Amino acid sequence: MFSLLNTIWTVLKTTFRKRATIQYPEERPHIPPRWRGRIILSRDAHGQERCVACNLCAAACPVDCISLQAAEDRQGRRYPSFFRINFSRCIFCGYCEEACPTYAIQLTTDFEMGEYVRQNMVYEKEDLLISGPGKYPGYDFYQEAGLAVGGKDKGTGPNEEPPVDVKSLMP
Amino acid sequence: MITIYIDNKPYQVKPGQNLLQACLSLGFDLPYFCWHPALHAVGACRQCAVKQFKDERDTRGRIVMSCMTPVAEGMRISVDDAEAKAFRKGVIEWLMLNHPHDCPVCDEGGECHLQDMTVMTGHNERRTRFKKRTHRNQYLGPFINHEMNRCIQCYRCVRYYRDYAGGRDLNVFSAHDHVYFGRHEDGVLDSEFSGNLVEICPTGVFTDKTLKQHYARKWDLQTAPSICVHCGLGCNTIAGERYGTLRRIMNRYHHDVNGYFLCDRGRFGYEFVNSGKRIKQPMLSPSLSPSPQGRDASTSSPLAGEDRGEGDLQPFDKESVLGHVTGILSNSKGIIGIGSPRASLESNFALRSLVGPGNFYSGMSEPDHRLISLIIDIHQKGPARSPSLRDVRMADAIVVLGEDLTNTAPLLALSLRQAVRGREFEAAAKLNIPEWHDAGVRNAGRGARNPLFIATPAQTRLDDIAIKTCHAAPDDIARLGFAIAHELDPSAPAVRGLTEGTSSLAKEIAHSLKDAKRPLVIAGTSLFNEQIVQAAANIAAALCAGSTDAALCYTVPECNSMGLGIIGGRNLDEAFTVMDDGLADTVVILENDLYRRADAGKINAFLDRAKHVIVLDHISTRTALRADIVLPAGTFAESNGTLVNNEGRAQRFYQAFVPQGDIQGGWKWIHAIMVAAGRTTADAMQSLDSVTATMADAFPVLAPVKDIAPPADFRIKGSKVPRQPHRYSGRTSMHADVSVNEGKPREDADSPLAFSMEGSEEQPPAPLIARYWSPGWSSVQALNKYQQEVGGELRDNGSGKRLVQPDQHGKPAYFTADPAKASHAMDAAIVPAYQIFGSDELSNYSPAIEERAKAKKP
Ligand code: SF4
Ligand code: SF4
Ligand code: SF4
Ligand code: SF4
Ligand code: FES
Repeated sequence: MFSLLNTIWTVLKTTFRKRATIQYPEERPHIPPRWRGRIILSRDAHGQERCVACNLCAAACPVDCISLQAAEDRQGRRYPSFFRINFSRCIFCGYCEEACPTYAIQLTTDFEMGEYVRQNMVYEKEDLLISGPGKYPGYDFYQEAGLAVGGKDKGTGPNEEPPVDVKSLMP
Repeated sequence: MITIYIDNKPYQVKPGQNLLQACLSLGFDLPYFCWHPALHAVGACRQCAVKQFKDERDTRGRIVMSCMTPVAEGMRISVDDAEAKAFRKGVIEWLMLNHPHDCPVCDEGGECHLQDMTVMTGHNERRTRFKKRTHRNQYLGPFINHEMNRCIQCYRCVRYYRDYAGGRDLNVFSAHDHVYFGRHEDGVLDSEFSGNLVEICPTGVFTDKTLKQHYARKWDLQTAPSICVHCGLGCNTIAGERYGTLRRIMNRYHHDVNGYFLCDRGRFGYEFVNSGKRIKQPMLSPSLSPSPQGRDASTSSPLAGEDRGEGDLQPFDKESVLGHVTGILSNSKGIIGIGSPRASLESNFALRSLVGPGNFYSGMSEPDHRLISLIIDIHQKGPARSPSLRDVRMADAIVVLGEDLTNTAPLLALSLRQAVRGREFEAAAKLNIPEWHDAGVRNAGRGARNPLFIATPAQTRLDDIAIKTCHAAPDDIARLGFAIAHELDPSAPAVRGLTEGTSSLAKEIAHSLKDAKRPLVIAGTSLFNEQIVQAAANIAAALCAGSTDAALCYTVPECNSMGLGIIGGRNLDEAFTVMDDGLADTVVILENDLYRRADAGKINAFLDRAKHVIVLDHISTRTALRADIVLPAGTFAESNGTLVNNEGRAQRFYQAFVPQGDIQGGWKWIHAIMVAAGRTTADAMQSLDSVTATMADAFPVLAPVKDIAPPADFRIKGSKVPRQPHRYSGRTSMHADVSVNEGKPREDADSPLAFSMEGSEEQPPAPLIARYWSPGWSSVQALNKYQQEVGGELRDNGSGKRLVQPDQHGKPAYFTADPAKASHAMDAAIVPAYQIFGSDELSNYSPAIEERAKAKKP
């Protein structure tokens, strides 16, 4: 008897509660900023591609849906000559973003990726690369890496000593 | 065996080694940097610390460097001791103070010994707040990339380059934490063995520059065990592929052959596989098929558009080309099948079966063919044995007749550098200094050298370690050889009319050889001089007659010269005669550029007279340009087969990847032709195992080839051996641009290897080892886990089998010195000069080798 009344009470209570279901697509849902949606490749503050083609995202991917090829431009900067994600395989786990040492690869709040043809779920670099830094502004891998690359000389990064003078015996 | 106690557990270890070797051989994960099995120990890095206790009552113990501590009976140590662990972690932390933050763009990443050791010691947090040291890099030539920031000052590079390989232009400069490893100025590294720095350096300071052009991580490379095709020594390699192109060659350890090292031609010559000159489709000349039916016009080929007089070759589909081939073969008046010393045993044998033994020609020029046959004959008759490179490294008196080894058989030269050091080890042993104590041995030895005598037409790069060199014309070198043999055994034929100098040199050499325990005689084919080959045989026979265990080593020009010599057939010049006599009108040429073997005029005439020329090759040679039909053969990386090296050792190479289109191994093409022609014997060529079985029936001497590697149905716990590492990435994406549906991996019916990452993780038998990896050991140093003891043989030993075994009790039969030549003195002679970068056909198609060949000599 008590349990019956309790059930009726619960039903009545929720009947008048604010509805969680929204009328998508007329109504837009709230998506938290750390949502794991469509993957993008970002650029650094100077508009340069952030991805250095280290292959870590590809190695971290549990479904192996990322493939890329490393190349180097004339200034010694590494970049992917192609970068492909097969979203029909992607499980949006976010491991690639976690593995990325340059903040290049990021998951975004966009989830509207439905396609009628599965082949269209294959995204190439042109489809992935955005024009800004995404969630993480400010970070520039090459400032930290110690390499001489694209106008940045050895020893000019924030955590670098000037290059060693091999001919000096001073302590 | 002695007993030592590690963390209170008793272990049996071999005496005479150091603690680090013992621990690693027992399977302990003990970190180290500066020690290397081939370079031994100097105790420079302080990474291999363990705790040693006086006896079981000692609880405090003291920290020792395991690589500098000899094992002793009853010794008690601890690897797990907290203090020792903290010490090792501390060492890594110091090294990391200045190590840059650039693993993502470092080519060593994923196979870095420093990464492995950092993880192993548990140093995972950076505490220092200070800035990092930086260094300027150098240009070191087309092979090696330099990024000095990453150096951890282990000194391995200079110890390898200078002490092991005899290089001079790499050194360490400056002082304290500024030490710099490089050249005195930018420039091409001079050593022919510089590529080994890539594997010797435990960090990313020296990396493979050719790999950098098309970089792929180790975990992404599909790899297969392979054999170097760039000279006759048959060094073992690992070939790695990604996205359909060959990315790099790494050393594959073979205890008896190349050990830990390769030469630069072998390591960087691989790019011919990716060359734009590759033949990728079957092609027909328009004269054969004027109708465009079956024509595949969508693609262009390197052969199309070349001026061939009668028009361009056009790509056609496989079936119609095979139809033409069978039509030609069945209607021909006579067929000439030309084999090749750069094609596998299987391909040569298949061609021989296709055209019939009587119509098979070796494809070697007359002198080459004659010399190779002579060498095989000498090796079979004995009594001297043909040494492996390991035997060469152990030799204690050596005479080289006529060979510029650095350029004709590079790793033999590197092995001789180790052989002459034998004296130092002897001197050290007398003082009870163990051989792993590198600095001790060098101090005790004071540069003492085993005697090495070199007689060549010109200076060689080994002259610096020879105690005597003699520069003379080929015939005079032969006379010197005969004279040495006569000195050793008076019953060996004498040489008349020797000059005073030659005869005293002969006496001196004979004396040294006689005194030695493991004397070695080296000669070869490079001067095309039969007399030198015979003279070397005489010396070895004379030594054996004096009951020393002499070794006789011949260098041969190409990777399968010996194998082809065993299969035999007639030489190329005889093919010319047969064609001239009108006995044949069709020529089938297997992976052979005839223009490298005889006068262009002769070849032109030969090919002009042939009504039909069918060429099977992988690269568009001048010969291929003259063909009516071209079939695209697979290179060593795209086919399976067997090569026989200069010592007569048959070794298997495996396909590293599935080539595009119709490319397949030479013997597979011949099988396809046989099937198309409805030959009943086609079944015998169907798989690698059936070819080798048929070959064993035809040539009993080739019977061991069946057993040099496990058969195709070999399985480990029911699975094949994977070519792809277990962290091979991008499987569901790499082909998604073409089709999002993933196809089934290609089956490999010919070998126990699979084009897949699925399969057994267990260590396979030695011939099937496709990469070195072990949990916690991603770098090449994981090799330790594959050896019975570090630096020793692989666990499942048996990579390759000797085909020619000398009859060691045979009576020495001496060749007679040609008296006609004896009194003859020439004023001038033209002799061939070989170049390690430039003389080999295939490696010349590699851009890096081409660039290196152009680099100025120091
Ligand atoms: S992990 Fe980041 S930097 Fe590395 S390849 Fe992926 S996106 Fe590029
Ligand atoms: S040497 Fe090793 S640890 Fe250093 S940057 Fe390269 S991969 Fe990383
Ligand atoms: S360059 Fe490499 S091998 Fe040489 S000292 Fe530095 S880390 Fe060691
Ligand atoms: S020595 Fe010969 S077989 Fe060995 S790596 Fe060099 S070219 Fe290849
Ligand atoms: S390995 Fe022992 S000190 Fe370097």
